[in-house]
Amino acid sequence: MSLAAIKQYEMPRSERNLYLSFILIGFAHLMVGLFLGFMQGMQHAGIDLYRVIPIVRHYYQGLTIHGVFNVLVFTTFFIAGFLLFVTSTSLKKPINLRLGWLTFCVMTIGLLLTDYAVFTNQASVLYTAYSPLEAHWTFYLGLALVVVGTWLQLLIVGRMVLQWRKENPGQRTPLLAFGALATLLMWGLASIPLAVLFVGILLPWSLDLIPGVDVLFNRTLFWMSGHPIVYFWLLPAYLSWYFMLPKQVGGKLFSEPLARLAFLLFIPLSLPVGFHHQYVDPGVAEGYKYIHFILTFAVFMPSVMTAFTVLASLETGGRARGGKGLLGWVTKLPWNDPSVTAQLLAMVLFALGGISGLINASYNMNLVVHNTLFVPGHFHLTVGTAVALTFMGIVYWLVPHLTGRRLFSAKMGVVQAWLWFIGMTIMSRGMSWAGMLGAPRRTALGSAPYFMDEWVLPSWFTAIGGVILTISGFLFFINMLASLWLAPKAEKQVEVPVAEPLIDEGAKMPAWLDRYTVWAGAAVLLVAIAYTPALVKLISDLSMTVPGLKPY
Amino acid sequence: MHIDRYERNWIRFAGGLLVVFAAALTVAAVFLGVRLPGIAEQTIPIAQAGGEYDINKGWIRELAPRRYEVNMRARVWSFEPREIRIPAGSTVTFYIHSDDITHGIKIQNTTVSTMIFPGHVAKVTYTFDKPGEYVFVCHEYCGAGHHFMSGRVIVEE
Repeated sequence: MSLAAIKQYEMPRSERNLYLSFILIGFAHLMVGLFLGFMQGMQHAGIDLYRVIPIVRHYYQGLTIHGVFNVLVFTTFFIAGFLLFVTSTSLKKPINLRLGWLTFCVMTIGLLLTDYAVFTNQASVLYTAYSPLEAHWTFYLGLALVVVGTWLQLLIVGRMVLQWRKENPGQRTPLLAFGALATLLMWGLASIPLAVLFVGILLPWSLDLIPGVDVLFNRTLFWMSGHPIVYFWLLPAYLSWYFMLPKQVGGKLFSEPLARLAFLLFIPLSLPVGFHHQYVDPGVAEGYKYIHFILTFAVFMPSVMTAFTVLASLETGGRARGGKGLLGWVTKLPWNDPSVTAQLLAMVLFALGGISGLINASYNMNLVVHNTLFVPGHFHLTVGTAVALTFMGIVYWLVPHLTGRRLFSAKMGVVQAWLWFIGMTIMSRGMSWAGMLGAPRRTALGSAPYFMDEWVLPSWFTAIGGVILTISGFLFFINMLASLWLAPKAEKQVEVPVAEPLIDEGAKMPAWLDRYTVWAGAAVLLVAIAYTPALVKLISDLSMTVPGLKPY
Repeated sequence: MHIDRYERNWIRFAGGLLVVFAAALTVAAVFLGVRLPGIAEQTIPIAQAGGEYDINKGWIRELAPRRYEVNMRARVWSFEPREIRIPAGSTVTFYIHSDDITHGIKIQNTTVSTMIFPGHVAKVTYTFDKPGEYVFVCHEYCGAGHHFMSGRVIVEE
């Protein structure tokens, strides 16, 4: 099917409101999370705002909210709205709205429970929730309900794609719906251990129904889902870079088969890599760590393909706009469009984030950086920029599209994107630097008696970068609020950008690039190979005896 | 299925680079002995090898000249022992366990970094060649006083 045939689908108001509700709840939580991040940056530089601004009791309560809101709530809620939206748009029919609103209710109830637990300082266990640090039961139940919401999305999107295929035999699933389903399917498989942990162990434990936990078993379950979750955040950004952004810059998707292949490869390869978060865990044999090290390098490959295809797609746009020479096309890209600028800058920092991720994953090299500030220095480039700044970029056209109003200020949006880029470059540099010098992460460094002289300058980088990021976030929210309520109605609805492939592969495209079953099967098989012996040992040694503690 | 020549080369190049990196790290692990913590043989940390365990001082045992074994305990929010004195050139094997929740230890300017769990013993070995003071810190969040949890290894001339 030619993608040019995709016409605007007239979306009913209640459907638009559903997507908008998901997105706004996500961003409202990001706003709170960002502000707490600002306070953390200042704390590292020795300026303690926790006494002056008593929205949280201490650094670690703030850090918990920062992590939970930014990477669990903001991402998941935005992704829910975005993936359901692109599915509906690309298949040109409404989603099952009753299921859609049910999903929204389940996730929002879960969110309110979580909000209650973290704001009352009854769950200051950080977003990793490592037992035997114990949280209030509402924290575990709340987050579990949010995960259930992602399964409901898989149900909605999966059913729509199946039905579309029945109605359009012999045709390939449109790219946006294809990518949405690949993302949700990967996460549907990957989230099972997390659900087992939260519902099967942590919830009853926090209600005193079981006396203790096995620390290592819980960690292993957590990281079985805890690494794939980063691809659950990242793939919606890839979806925009591959299938939407080329259109926004006047170009085409450089290689449709490789784009599809990248998405499909993430289904099996995202999953069997969790032990690279447990390189320094005692009780896990070095052999399994080594296997997961090799598999983690393997999951780097689809991102390597993405780097080429997306850049080449952008180049087709820059050249179509008159760009000449080796790099002349870059300057011809529409840098005055905040959505484009945000996503391009997100990609630049993602390149650095990918490399620092490779360092973290590098088996024994991890000894140097494990649990140091190098790690947040890495993931503020990936989830904090590649994902968050891309989502902001998407919102610059998506919110006007959903409301029928114009974007309040494109110029403010461009400035915001650049400030995010600059702020993050400085802050991430500070964090990585301090981390290389041994500064631990997740630590109120400003109050640590062992604070070293050589951490002072990097900590100031962190604080100054954090201030710039806070200003950027503030500009973003002002722009959004104004776009929701103050901006004039648009004469013409903002179009949904959908990229066409550069080469229409037609029937030459192999059928396995539009099938999910074999990839999901490969995922199960790989997980079985990478985890079975280790899990058998963990379960045979299982001793659920360690009681909980709430030292916060 | 059409794959552009440049893209094919790029994928090969990047894949090759990853293989080189992985090979280098493997050499470091196998031949240079830069090892990760694994499953420690010793599962009962305290006083297993005879000798007195002083709860206040922890337990440091000299096995041979410049060969030491240190039993270490982590709990909110302190390490025991908090201070370890050894002569330069000593090889120290640490057996570390936790009494309560998850902790971690990183000895600055060394490759010693491990998680510490209740119910498991972390075993790490390091040779302290250069004299000086090596601060160690807890590197896993363990509650409101986490940032106070530290100690030092003093390597004497």
